[in-house]
Amino acid sequence: MNGTLESTLWDVIVVGGGNAGLCAAIEAAEAGARVLVLEGAPEPYRGGNSRHTRNFRCKHEAPLSVLTGAYQEDEYFDDLIRVTGGKTDEALARMTIRTSEECLPWMERHGVAFQPSLSGTLSLSRTNAFFLGGGKALVNAYYNTVEDLGVTVAYEAEVTHVAVEDGRVQGLDVTIGGQTARVEARALVLASGGFQANLDWLASAWGEAARNFLIRGTPYNRGAVLRDMLDQGADSVGDPTQCHAVAIDGRAPKFDGGIATRLDCVPFSVVVNRNGERFYDEGEDVWPKRYAIWGRLVAAQPEQVAYAIIDASSLELFMPSLYPPERADTIEGLGQRLGISGPKLRETVDAFNTACREGAFTPTELDGLATEGLDPPKTNWARPIVEPPFYGYTLRPGVTFTYLGLKVDETARVSAGGARLGNVWAAGEIMAGSILGQGYLAGFGMTIGTVFGRIAGQEAAAHVA
Amino acid sequence: MSLDFRGEAPVALSPEERGQDAIEEARRQVQICNACRYCEGYCSVFPAITRERAFADGDITQLANLCHNCRGCYYACQYAEPHDFAVNLPRALAEVRSESWERFAWPRGLAGTFQRSGVALAAALVAGIAALFLALAALAPASGEGFYAYLSHAAMVAIFAPAFLFPVVALGVGVRRYWHETGGSPVRWAHLKEAALDAGRLKNLSGGPAQGCNYENGDRFGNARRHAHQAVLWGFLLCFASTSSGTVLHYVFDAPAPYPLWSLPKLFGVPGGVLLTVGAFALAWLKTKADPELGAPSRWGGEMAFVLLLGLTGLSGLVLYAATGTALVPALLALHLGAVLALFLTTPYSKMAHGAYRFAALVRDAQGRAP
Ligand SMILES: Cc1cc2nc3c(=O)[nH]c(=O)nc-3n(C[C@H](O)[C@H](O)[C@H](O)COP(=O)(O)OP(=O)(O)OC[C@H]3O[C@@H](n4cnc5c(N)ncnc54)[C@H](O)[C@@H]3O)c2cc1C
Ligand code: SF4
Ligand code: SF4
Repeated sequence: MNGTLESTLWDVIVVGGGNAGLCAAIEAAEAGARVLVLEGAPEPYRGGNSRHTRNFRCKHEAPLSVLTGAYQEDEYFDDLIRVTGGKTDEALARMTIRTSEECLPWMERHGVAFQPSLSGTLSLSRTNAFFLGGGKALVNAYYNTVEDLGVTVAYEAEVTHVAVEDGRVQGLDVTIGGQTARVEARALVLASGGFQANLDWLASAWGEAARNFLIRGTPYNRGAVLRDMLDQGADSVGDPTQCHAVAIDGRAPKFDGGIATRLDCVPFSVVVNRNGERFYDEGEDVWPKRYAIWGRLVAAQPEQVAYAIIDASSLELFMPSLYPPERADTIEGLGQRLGISGPKLRETVDAFNTACREGAFTPTELDGLATEGLDPPKTNWARPIVEPPFYGYTLRPGVTFTYLGLKVDETARVSAGGARLGNVWAAGEIMAGSILGQGYLAGFGMTIGTVFGRIAGQEAAAHVA
Repeated sequence: MSLDFRGEAPVALSPEERGQDAIEEARRQVQICNACRYCEGYCSVFPAITRERAFADGDITQLANLCHNCRGCYYACQYAEPHDFAVNLPRALAEVRSESWERFAWPRGLAGTFQRSGVALAAALVAGIAALFLALAALAPASGEGFYAYLSHAAMVAIFAPAFLFPVVALGVGVRRYWHETGGSPVRWAHLKEAALDAGRLKNLSGGPAQGCNYENGDRFGNARRHAHQAVLWGFLLCFASTSSGTVLHYVFDAPAPYPLWSLPKLFGVPGGVLLTVGAFALAWLKTKADPELGAPSRWGGEMAFVLLLGLTGLSGLVLYAATGTALVPALLALHLGAVLALFLTTPYSKMAHGAYRFAALVRDAQGRAP
């Protein structure tokens, strides 16, 4: 295979076969370009983080496919401003939001099927369109589409170096099955994701604690291309110390645990660290709004671990977990099972129970049932933990993606030293920092990837036409 | 500080532990699905999963019989092998399903033979044909018209009435056992209606919004299997209607066979036979293209033999009709009736039984959905 790859002058090479890369490949091939996709993972693991996704966020003026009601540009943009604290590029963000609407029918035309909002996520039925079968089904549909379009796909093809000279890319070094090849293209689309699976890089930004993080998605996004481009002076955006992290089941595998390892029990729990001490208000807000901060909170605790404790009355208030919780008839016993001090846990739970007061408990909304005289307080759903058996989950930070990326303009073009590179575009997580400076808006990652992937593919094809 | 703390995960049983017990393995996978839920829109299995938090053996049996093996959820699964979680729900449920039919069969034991072994089913066919040849030789009537010139009406009734009633009774016992294990409640008209609508449209093989299942073409969607199965289902029902209308004509209107082309038995029977034959051979062909690892591989032979037997039954009936008046009739009659006999008598133990259990599962699901 390396022979043909090397002897062909490709019109467009796409690095990374996730959502963004595939959208680019489809657009470029439909415009008539001869396209090669280099995907670092073996075939069963193709599709990067995209294979773990479930929906994308889509603007619409009226009900559209599975989306209910309307979700207009300004509301969408306000939502984005809220989560990023204003760290966004307004022009790019608005363009992305506006374009998202035409993406949905485009996706359907290219084989993606949608389904109504999943049970337990009704709150998203207006804003987010869910992929039937999740992201892997989407990725499969796109791979079938590119196959039908005559695109060449190489698996286990890890790009190690992008040769930039005089503001243009001349070629790529790629390792395929242990052998290094040099491939040439007239235009290049970089869509190889973030660097969250590179623990050394995470550790250099975060400190050694990062080695205890779990990586929720693919182990293949190690940032080799991003690093190489930054080393060659490509303009970057985003903060290297920022990553999106949530608290997930501590027993999840190191990589690729995906959505099923999520835990939604925190609002109904008392959460303690290794020392058996509480450290944050578990009931600050409804879980979808607090989901994302708990990764950092747990990351800041000793050994990057925490334990959520509930009693029998709360066991069925949240989505079922992948692994069954630890269980014991006494709080001390539960502490022991979790590997923390039983007496200390007892003391913490007792103090919490004493601070609880009478009042109506409403699991589905902010009920104002707060503790009194406790530090930190629990400001909602503060119900004493008294009904055995008691259950406990171990929590660890699970990294979703990193923010540092390549800076692009509204045509997805990459630049270096403020000047646009002649023939390089970027799409997806590798450039998402251009729009998402911090925080996260559910479903926006796939929107950015689809919008910029398509633009990058169109622009690259137009460049070589 | 440990670098790798991959947990001792009860849900990720070691490969040796997995698959030891079909129900245990399916329960493990169903719990993963219940924490994931990405496949909700494909079929009725996932909504049924999300209605529960814990799954008793009977719940797993019910889910297994509700699954139509459309395979959409396998190709969509980010946890399919080589991922550690090794989710292959179509297979896990197929294993539970075929085991459940063996468990419910009455008398027990026979089902194991015919589901697993295509050879056993072929032997049943040979025995059926031989029995018919013997009957033709021994019971040759003095006079009679059409087929009755070779085997009297009385003799046919004597052979086929029990051969028809026996499977009905045996399957009845099986379905009762199914109902008990899955905790069904008394059936209401509305449940039957919903189940009949689902079965008639093969809703659970439709892939929901995917508009097709994944079968003969890997992860590409198509409706070939659903359409072939529709042909078999409706073809079989038409053939059944043909025989029933013949029985009514015979006893009520005193109009014995043979019937002309423009008669109910022929108007039902000929299109029915064509649909059954074409559908069955199409299903067999599709089966050779599909990945056996997404079903119950140990039952592949029995299933294939069953589909071929169905096709042969339809085909021999059509050929017999075409050969009317020729010297081939006695041999073809023995072949066709022998195939019918084998098909009927093995029904409670072959893949044919799936119709009864699946229908029961659809009724049970309608009950579960009812508020
Ligand atoms: C568990 C989980 C759930 C998520 N859910 C959602 C959701 O519901 N909605 C949403 O919008 N976002 C979600 N996200 C975020 C979303 O996954 C990303 O924003 C999106 O998938 C990024 O797409 P991408 O194409 O840029 O990257 P990816 O899909 O990760 O693709 C990058 C590809 O590049 C390949 N690659 C990497 N390095 C190289 C190299 N050197 N050479 C060749 N190939 C390389 C990788 O193998 C990979 O296939 C989720 C993330 C996770 C982890
Ligand atoms: S089959 Fe896989 S993707 Fe589908 S619900 Fe189950 S675990 Fe999730
Ligand atoms: S194989 Fe098809 S019918 Fe069976 S559980 Fe999966 S999606 Fe549902």
